[in-house]
Amino acid sequence: MSIENALINIAPERIEIDGVTKSFTTNRGTIVALDNVSVKVAEGEFLCLVGPSGCGKSTLLNIIAGLDTPDSGRVLANGESVTGPGRDRMVMFQEHALFPWLDVLGNVMFGLRLKPGLNNKERKEVAKYYLDLVGLSKFQHANIHELSGGMKQRVALARALAPNPRVLLMDEPFAALDALTREQLYGDIQRIWEARRKTIVFVTHNVREAACLGDRVLLFSPNPGRIRAEFQVDLPRARDINSVELARYSTEITTALKGFTNKQGTEVAE
Amino acid sequence: MIRSISSIVFFLSLLLSWEFVARSGHYSPVILPSPLNVLEYIWQATCDGTLWVATLVTMKRLMLGYGLGLLFGIPLGLVTARFRLLQDTLGLLALGVQTLPSVCWVPLALLWFGQTEAAMLFVVVMGTLWSVIIATNDGVRAMPPIYLRAARTMGSKGLHTWIKVILPASLPYLVGGMKQGWAFAWRSLMAAEIFVTILTGFGLGQLLQYGRELLAMDQVVAVMAIIVVIGLLADRLLFSPWERFFHRRWGTGSMK
Repeated sequence: MSIENALINIAPERIEIDGVTKSFTTNRGTIVALDNVSVKVAEGEFLCLVGPSGCGKSTLLNIIAGLDTPDSGRVLANGESVTGPGRDRMVMFQEHALFPWLDVLGNVMFGLRLKPGLNNKERKEVAKYYLDLVGLSKFQHANIHELSGGMKQRVALARALAPNPRVLLMDEPFAALDALTREQLYGDIQRIWEARRKTIVFVTHNVREAACLGDRVLLFSPNPGRIRAEFQVDLPRARDINSVELARYSTEITTALKGFTNKQGTEVAE
Repeated sequence: MIRSISSIVFFLSLLLSWEFVARSGHYSPVILPSPLNVLEYIWQATCDGTLWVATLVTMKRLMLGYGLGLLFGIPLGLVTARFRLLQDTLGLLALGVQTLPSVCWVPLALLWFGQTEAAMLFVVVMGTLWSVIIATNDGVRAMPPIYLRAARTMGSKGLHTWIKVILPASLPYLVGGMKQGWAFAWRSLMAAEIFVTILTGFGLGQLLQYGRELLAMDQVVAVMAIIVVIGLLADRLLFSPWERFFHRRWGTGSMK
């Protein structure tokens, strides 16, 4: 495979979640994280999952990633049943999960080295391309601990993008960052999504963030974890998190969220 | 530069005060040899080859035993950390046995292997193995589980995960364990060489023991000094590069 092929935009993948149920047993009893959840994610869609903590949205993401298995139901990625992690579905975690024993380039190369069909020179070029895409090409030889929180998440994004997955699964990737850095990254992720045309499933408990990023926002309620409402966000891109139009959407979503969370006494960030 | 000066000044004044006390005549040279006597012995023993041969014999035993200890200790530590059954069996055994001073293995080694190289090797391996197992085990268990999840999503599994993720993630602990294992190997080898007289090789421990029997304290102190120097060199050559590497990578270690 040549480097052009490695960078080519493969058609983003369609995901079908079909009647997925998952429960966990803890000391305090059984928690139904997901109760018969079905979702279809279109090719190239940016889907946001919103809900209070413990509503099962991260569990769903892990199941799509193949890191968790459902008790019942199934997940299809591009028509094929998901049985484990795959290079077509890459994950970005809330913690950057970068490897401290590798430098920035080494981290981005990690997934690429496991990808067959490329020689090392090509792998390096692909990694550099993505580091450039996230604006960190000057930092390729930096150690992870030398980077700021936002830079670490950018490296994590480059690492997830480098093997050229069809689906990007993001689990509250910006939750631990300060507001200013986060705003920058909203711009970055939209730009990259437009450029690389991935299917993105993005988990967050921040309603405004979801409205800013998603084509569609799904609202989850906890225990049992269910999808309660669905919103289309029809705003042109790139969207600004502080825009008035966006505020309308996020107010609408927040109102709906309060409607069912008030009864249960859970909190959610606007 | 300033650091090496302070080191030199410190050791020079240590030697000078030792020389001064030795020359004051309060103590018989049999009890307290002067640094010059010791140096004289070292010079003489280096020239006639005694010291080289003894050091070589000892280092050969040490490296063989230490190497075997690492060869088995690191993989065993990895598996005890990852498999509950091994944790509860082998892990527990290692935890218990590593508290045993390695000199305690000497009587058993003598009984089993007689006055042979095998007895030496056995004692050194026993001194190294358990602490390396424990350190590796601790290192793996201290690893954040997110590394494994991240690695899995990128397609890493099986042996690749062991070598490319679990092993480097535990490196700081591993180097600590290798250092401790090295110290334990030295201690056990000296114990073995002092207690076990064998004819196949005349090591530093035996040289020290004969010094005692001949009341040649300059010889005893000289051998002790050489053991210290080898220990320092090993630290600088074997472990410091690793420590510098992971301090730089991980951003740990406040002392520059």
